[in-house]
Parts: sequence; structure tokens; C-alpha cells
Amino acid sequence: MNRRQIDGIVRRGGPWQAVQRGVLFAVLALFCAYYLVPLVVMISTSFKSLDEIRLGTLTSLPQAVTFEAWAKAWGSACVGVRCDGLQPYVWNSVMMVVPAVALSTFLGALNGYALTKWRFRGADVIFALILFGAFIPFQVILLPMARTLGVLGLAGTIPGLIMVHTIYGLAFTTLFFRNFFIGVSDGIVRAAQVDGASFFGIFFRIILPMSLPAIVVTLIWQFTQIWNDFLFGVAFTVGESNPVTVALNNVVNTSTGVKEYNVDMAAAIIAALPTLAVYVLAGSYFVRGLSAGAVKG
Amino acid sequence: MALPKALSRSPWRSIDRWLPQIVVSPLFAVSLFFVYGFIAWTVYISFTRSGVMPNYTLDGVGQYVRLWATPRWQVALRNLVTFSVLFIGLCLVIGILLAVLLDQRIRIEGAIRTIYLYPMALSFIVTGTVWKWILNPGLGLERVMHRAGFESFTFDWLVNADFAIYTVVIAGVWQSSGYAMALFLAGLRSVDDEVLKAAAIDGAGPLRTYFGIVLPMMRPVFMSTVIILAHLAIKSFDLVMALTGGGPGYATDMPATFMYAYAFQRSELGVAAASAVMMLVTIIAIIVPYLYSELREGRR
Repeated sequence: MNRRQIDGIVRRGGPWQAVQRGVLFAVLALFCAYYLVPLVVMISTSFKSLDEIRLGTLTSLPQAVTFEAWAKAWGSACVGVRCDGLQPYVWNSVMMVVPAVALSTFLGALNGYALTKWRFRGADVIFALILFGAFIPFQVILLPMARTLGVLGLAGTIPGLIMVHTIYGLAFTTLFFRNFFIGVSDGIVRAAQVDGASFFGIFFRIILPMSLPAIVVTLIWQFTQIWNDFLFGVAFTVGESNPVTVALNNVVNTSTGVKEYNVDMAAAIIAALPTLAVYVLAGSYFVRGLSAGAVKG
Repeated sequence: MALPKALSRSPWRSIDRWLPQIVVSPLFAVSLFFVYGFIAWTVYISFTRSGVMPNYTLDGVGQYVRLWATPRWQVALRNLVTFSVLFIGLCLVIGILLAVLLDQRIRIEGAIRTIYLYPMALSFIVTGTVWKWILNPGLGLERVMHRAGFESFTFDWLVNADFAIYTVVIAGVWQSSGYAMALFLAGLRSVDDEVLKAAAIDGAGPLRTYFGIVLPMMRPVFMSTVIILAHLAIKSFDLVMALTGGGPGYATDMPATFMYAYAFQRSELGVAAASAVMMLVTIIAIIVPYLYSELREGRR
């Protein structure tokens, strides 16, 4: 029997099939609109002048496109008392996200490799204990961490935030790499061992080069998580060192002055652009990260 | 990569034997200290008299009594229940519906899936900002409806204490329902074609095939999706902060925002720690049985 005939809702021919097909596409299109309208509203509002916003509606397209809101969101919007726009905070996020992603990914790979390819006694228990850290509500570590960062002299600094993200990202990155390495034949490692290759030799020359897909998935997952983080940013940084998500929230939720929705929207797009770009460019890896995040590897 | 024999017999060889343990130990120690140690620390704070400053005199369950007597905590819990039920329910319904529809051999499936899933790449702060604007009383949706001729249409949920929590649901579902779709679609794709063939031969209609045969087979996927969504719901913090800031008043507070407010704004460390412990207990009650069954299945 032909595959196409048996596994769709729609399999009878004739006009009935056309109707069903039509309904199917109508529903799918409706949901496309549901997910896309907020994005369109966000973009179109960011190109309007404040007058146009006051007079027009949410869904109307900008009559006279202006980049004023963008310029202001980037360079002169007030975040608290400082009026330099989002720009400095975007750099804060970049400076935080690069080392935190690189460190947590590298350490996760090393951890996953040691736990799966060198299965010493207790490796499973250690993995289970580390994995638990991926699920705790971070509220439960906020107070001790605030104190610890204070003691280390890292309170309110970007290095402090890098440390926090690296530590709490480790559970996830270890999980990703463990799930990947479990599928890698132990024979490769044994053979290399017989050849006299060392623990690190095998890791750097054999394991890492072959785990490129897992590395990409993990990098993307960590990048999205850490760039989008708000809780650690708001709890452990102050003013100058805020990541962009915290700055965005401050721009949007200031109660002083005239509410500039176009600036809010431009600022939101600026904050969203890096992760959105990664999603568009490497969507399939992003989806694999999402399903790996669902524990099942 | 063969090393000279002399080198492989050197003392390095014996260190190499222990290298896996030596590499894992510090990472494991970090996890022990920063996860388990910090949890113990927070639990300890919750049993002390800590107020504005940490005070390590033990106080029994005093902070828990105080927590549960706080009306704001009661509101936060009620909101968590309302939000979780609606959020999980709606994400499941939309997720299953879209997954089944996308499973019909649509040629542009890839493009549609990309559209359904992109909100997951956004920060909850961005999502909150956008929906705050769309739901703006006056300039937002309300104005659109007025211009469309529905003059009496009012939509003030965002500033209405009785309804504001539903705006959090709206934005949350928008962001996460595509994720549920992706998980279900992966589940549908893993159903054996033979099953579908057998159903077709038996003359089962499309609806019966899905609701009678395929979906019941996806119970594990269903379970993990519910767990993931519940996990998101309990941790939801950013979305509330961006959309309503917990307001009006504390009408949309959730345990996560409550904990933050008591820890960093009101400086009632004991109560904050107690609320964090309550959150942890809730997560453990959900996650541990799930993880246990997952790991057992994995070993089989």
C-alpha cells in the first residue's frame, strides 16, 4: 500500500478532499498569523512617530517611516538615570555571554566525556546528582549566591555573572554531551587507548572533532538561555553592569515622562535580534536543543 | 598516535588512569557546593530569624508560619494554580492540534514550523514588552476594535486586578505553545508506520486513528510535555516582571516574583528563603518521580 494514502487525515479523493485540505490550510494560516502578528506589530510600531501611534491603531502600518525610535533606543533612551540607550548594555550582554557560553560548553563536554567513556565506579550517581541542578528553581540559590559573590568581591560585576551562568549551565551542558557520547562507540576510545593515546589526547583529537553537532546544539542552547536570562541579571548586577534584558525591562517599565511605545518596541527588537538571528540561521540545531532539554536525548 | 613505549610506561601512565576522576571531581564539587550546599544554606536561612540582615539564631518554623499567614503569598499561590492550569491546558490543546495538522504531509511544513516556534527564541522580557503594548488599554487592541466599529468594546485586563493574571496566560501561551507542538510532532513522527497501516486496513477513520490509537501511544511524550510546561510555569518570573511587574498591586504575583520581592526589595530574608524552599519542594514533587522513571527506562 502506498504510504501517502494511509497516514494522512485526508485520503479520499474528490471535492471532499479539497474542502478538507482547504480547512487544514486555513487553520494553519490562522495560527501563522497568531504567532506573527506580535512581531509585525513590534516592527511596525518601532518605525512610527509618537504622533502616529497616538492617532493610529496598533495594526496600521507606518505612514511615514522614521528611524528616530531606533536611534533613541540604541543611543539615548534613559535606563534608570543614565541616558545612553541600550548600547552599553548590549555590550555587557556580549561580554557576559561569550565567556559563559564557551566555558560551560567546554566543561560540559569534558564532564560528559569522562562520565560516559571512562565509566568509573559512581559515574552514574555523579551524573544524576549533577543533572538535578538543571531543574531546581533558581530562587533557591539566590540568597546564598548573592552572599558568596559579595565575599568573592564579584557582587554586581560581569565576571560574577559569568561565573553564575557557567556554574548553573553546567548541568545542562553535561546532559547534552552525555546523551551524545552515549551513542558514540566505546571501541574508538579503547582502540586509541591501546595505541597509547592519553585521556586528553583522545578528548581533543578524537572525541571533540566528531562531536561537532553536539557542540553546535549546546552552544546555541546556552547562548539563547544566557542571553535571554533575566533572573540572574536582575539579582546579581547593578545599573552599570546590567545585561540587556534588565535594561530593556527598565526602559519599558519606567514611570517617568511620556510613554514612548515606539522606543520600547525598537529596544525589544534590539534585545531579541541576536537570539532571533541564531534561530533563523540554525533553526534545526535550536529545535534539537529544545528536545534535548526535554531530557530524552 | 602511537607514543614511544618508554613514555607510556612513565609515571604519567598512572596519573592518566585517574584522570577521569581528577577531571570530574572539581566539576562535581562545584555542583555539590553551588547546588546542594546552597539549597542547604537556603533551607537553613528559612529556619532562622533572618530579617533585613542574616541572623543565624534558629527560629523553628516561624518563617513558614509567617509566610503562610501573608495574604500576598496566598495570592501568589492562587495565581500559580490559575496560571499553570490554563497555561499547560492551552499549550497542550494548541500543541496537539498543530502537531496533528502539520503531520498531514504539508509541503511547506518546515516554514510553518519555523513560524510556530520562533517565540521560543525570544526572551520572556521581549514577549512581555510586546504583549504589554498589544494589550494596552486605550491604545492597543481596544483601539483596533473601536476603529473596526465595536465602540463599546473594552479590554482593560492588564490593569484590572481580577483579570491581569489572564494576560500573563495569553503571553505565556503565545511563547510556549509552539514548543509543545514541536514535542508532539516529534512524538507523532516516532509512531511506527505499521500501526498506521494496520489502522487503515481495519478501516479506522482519521479521527479514530489519531484519538483512538496514535495519541494514546504518545503518553510518554504527553507526560514529558506536561512536566516541562509545569516546570516553566513554576519558574515563571521574567514574563510577570515585564508584563505586569506583579501588579496592579500584587494581583499577578507568583511564587517566583514573591521570592524576589521579599529577598531583594523588602529584605525579609527568612520569608524569602521559606518561599524559595516551598518552590523547590513543589518542583521536586513533580520532577523526581519523572526523572526516576526516565532514568529507569533509559537503563532498560
